[in-house]
Amino acid sequence: MPGPLQSVERAAAVLRVLGGAGRPLELAEIAAVLDLPKTTAFGLVRTLRDVGFVDQPPPGSAYTLGSGLTDLDRLGLDPHDLRSHATNWADALAAHVRLEVLVSMPQDDGVRVVHHVFRPDDTAQVLRVGESLPLHATATGKVVLATTASRGARPSVLERFTTRTVRTRAELEGELQKVRRQGWASALGEHQPGVGSVAVALRGLGGLAVGAVAVVGPVDKVFGPGGEARADVVREVRSTGRSISRALVAPW
Amino acid sequence: MVSRPLIAAIDQGTTSTRCMLFDRQGQTVSLAQREHRQEFPRPGWVQHDADEIWRNVQRVVPAALAQAGAAPTDVVALGIANQRETTVVWDPRTGRSLAPAITWQDTRSDEIVETLVADGHETLVREVTGLRPTTYFAGPRLRWLLDHVRGLREKADAGELLFGTIDSWLTWNLTGGPDGGIHVTDVTNASRTMLMDLDTLQWDDRLLAAMDLPRAVLPEIRPSAEVYGTCASLLPGVPLAAALGDQQAALFGQTCFTAGEAKCTYGTGAFLLVNAGTKRPPSTPSLLTTVGYVLGDDAPVYAVEGSIAMAGSLVQWFRDSLGMIPTAPQIETLARSVDDNGGCYIVPAFSGLYAPRWKQDARGVIVGLTSYVGRGHLARAVLEATGWQTYEVVEAIRAEAGIELAALRVDGGMTSNHLLMQFVSDVLDVGVDRPLVSETVCLGAAYAAGLTVGYWSDLAALQRNWHRAASWQPSMDPALRRREAARWDRAVEHALGWAGHEDE
Ligand SMILES: Nc1ncnc2c1ncn2[C@@H]1O[C@H](COP(=O)(O)OP(=O)(O)OP(=O)(O)O)[C@@H](O)[C@H]1O
Ligand SMILES: [Mg+2]
Repeated sequence: MPGPLQSVERAAAVLRVLGGAGRPLELAEIAAVLDLPKTTAFGLVRTLRDVGFVDQPPPGSAYTLGSGLTDLDRLGLDPHDLRSHATNWADALAAHVRLEVLVSMPQDDGVRVVHHVFRPDDTAQVLRVGESLPLHATATGKVVLATTASRGARPSVLERFTTRTVRTRAELEGELQKVRRQGWASALGEHQPGVGSVAVALRGLGGLAVGAVAVVGPVDKVFGPGGEARADVVREVRSTGRSISRALVAPW
Repeated sequence: MVSRPLIAAIDQGTTSTRCMLFDRQGQTVSLAQREHRQEFPRPGWVQHDADEIWRNVQRVVPAALAQAGAAPTDVVALGIANQRETTVVWDPRTGRSLAPAITWQDTRSDEIVETLVADGHETLVREVTGLRPTTYFAGPRLRWLLDHVRGLREKADAGELLFGTIDSWLTWNLTGGPDGGIHVTDVTNASRTMLMDLDTLQWDDRLLAAMDLPRAVLPEIRPSAEVYGTCASLLPGVPLAAALGDQQAALFGQTCFTAGEAKCTYGTGAFLLVNAGTKRPPSTPSLLTTVGYVLGDDAPVYAVEGSIAMAGSLVQWFRDSLGMIPTAPQIETLARSVDDNGGCYIVPAFSGLYAPRWKQDARGVIVGLTSYVGRGHLARAVLEATGWQTYEVVEAIRAEAGIELAALRVDGGMTSNHLLMQFVSDVLDVGVDRPLVSETVCLGAAYAAGLTVGYWSDLAALQRNWHRAASWQPSMDPALRRREAARWDRAVEHALGWAGHEDE
């Protein structure tokens, strides 16, 4: 285990000084307070400025804390933000594949639906927002398992919903490797008989997986006769995943 | 691969400008958006920079094309939808605006409107335009500009000034600007100036005289859907084939083509429009009569409208001015942190109250504050204000227009707020349906443009594209609804007359 990194400690000290000052500080002041050579202080402040944690409103003037720092806390993705960013693209997906669409986020020890678009056939349907999806038996769940390393996202028991539900951890691990390799997940009657789904990950700032978008429908609408997920469905889901991810990273 | 060709639409809204591309199914292919500055130079004043708005249009159109990997040649028509009643004056030689664009929420024309009423013109306004004299409409704003901005009256007399709502400003710029730009307005926008005769669909000389406005600065009134001209820049060669006020565009995008069909759009404000058929509907005490759309040479389709000035903008205020939430959607997270409003009500009469009360001198209030009330309750009150304002409009439509809504079609940014949509359904006691495209403003402009150039064959083809994407069913206890409605009513009483009691 390596010891503490001096430059990180010093960067933190610079931020504390700037945060405590209550006014913009000159480089010389920062260097003096921290008892650092001016060149060292300059390197620290410059790096922090480049990553957005320090601001220098008019170039060449004094320094303040940067907006990137407050954004860190602020930009944590909220399910309602995700729904808002996803809506246009989830709608288009539902229209193109003529099936229902779910957008979900990992929550606690499972994955929860945050947005639901009805199958566009105008039949009576009920919003599934808030529903919890099993991790090992849905395409959405598998995407979340395959893309997040969090301990919470490990199913404690592999509940058997149908004869097709994965039974062993080894089987599940094989499935997740496939998901990582191909970039999308599918589930064929593994949660409810006759229901299939295809899902891809949604990626937010820094490429972090924040959730999944999935198409859900009768097995014969999602899978071909050979049991392979239909190529057109996969293509539409993947393209939607890219559009939503783009909206998450650069809202406009 | 995106299926081509495509239809482009620009939605120049109050807070932002969007460009969207649509495919034949009426589905979103790409979307680019840019916010513009909101200027609040004095209480009651809200203005934009028309030049900035045009610059934003010039950015979002190429951005939408790039996102779709499309070229201008992939686009077969362009439609425009716009914030209504916002007033632009510009110099046709330089192409620059001559004053800030005064928006529809701005109340600076109040004295002009009061004088108009004092001079006995209220009946004329109502009978000719189907509107009521308020600061909401564009005509009195033009008069304010001519009176207050130095040199404008002279420029107008010298033919060096053009007036228009945002549709005119964009159409003129898109078709060449100083270099051959055409000066027209669509009839739905014209119907919001308080200068247009709702029967003849032409400017009314009596109203122009009453407001002392020169006819020469006004654009020519044209149908909502016809080829006005060809884009000179941005989408060179593409026919500019439709323009509608944003709320009429949403009515069209929701495919409310049959009399009695209604939609409510929840954006900056909220606007409930009911298709009223091809005969001009009788005036009612608290609703507006307006043009829904005019397709080419077809008979005009009218609409009855209940306008709510503040809906999403209250959420924005909660976010930006109070800093209570980092993003608008997170108001739902905050509101769900509590079970109810804690006895707190917010009446957002920031620019007075629009339909059905029409109280120009009302101002915003928060009532029911106790130590118990926290941020979560305030968030609830913000959302509930939109629900109750919708309720009042629907009650007026029932009582005055005799229309019972069987269900309400909703759209706009706030429809992604499920807590709000459930509340709307609860207080109206009807089902609320969101269609597969929430951006119905853009969609309506695209539909009208696509119809004009034959991309879609007829209205029935558009109707087949409408599908329910979500729905909410009422589940509120009727006794609770009655009690809360009564409390809202009392809250509104506290807002009334506030601006009339200023110390002079
Ligand atoms: N999830 C949400 N909950 C509540 N309010 C929201 C939510 N999402 C957006 N809003 C509000 O809705 C408005 C944005 O909606 P929309 O994009 O339809 O409006 P707009 O088209 O920009 O309005 P305009 O056309 O008047 O400019 C903003 O005022 C915002 O505060
Ligand atoms: Mg809008």
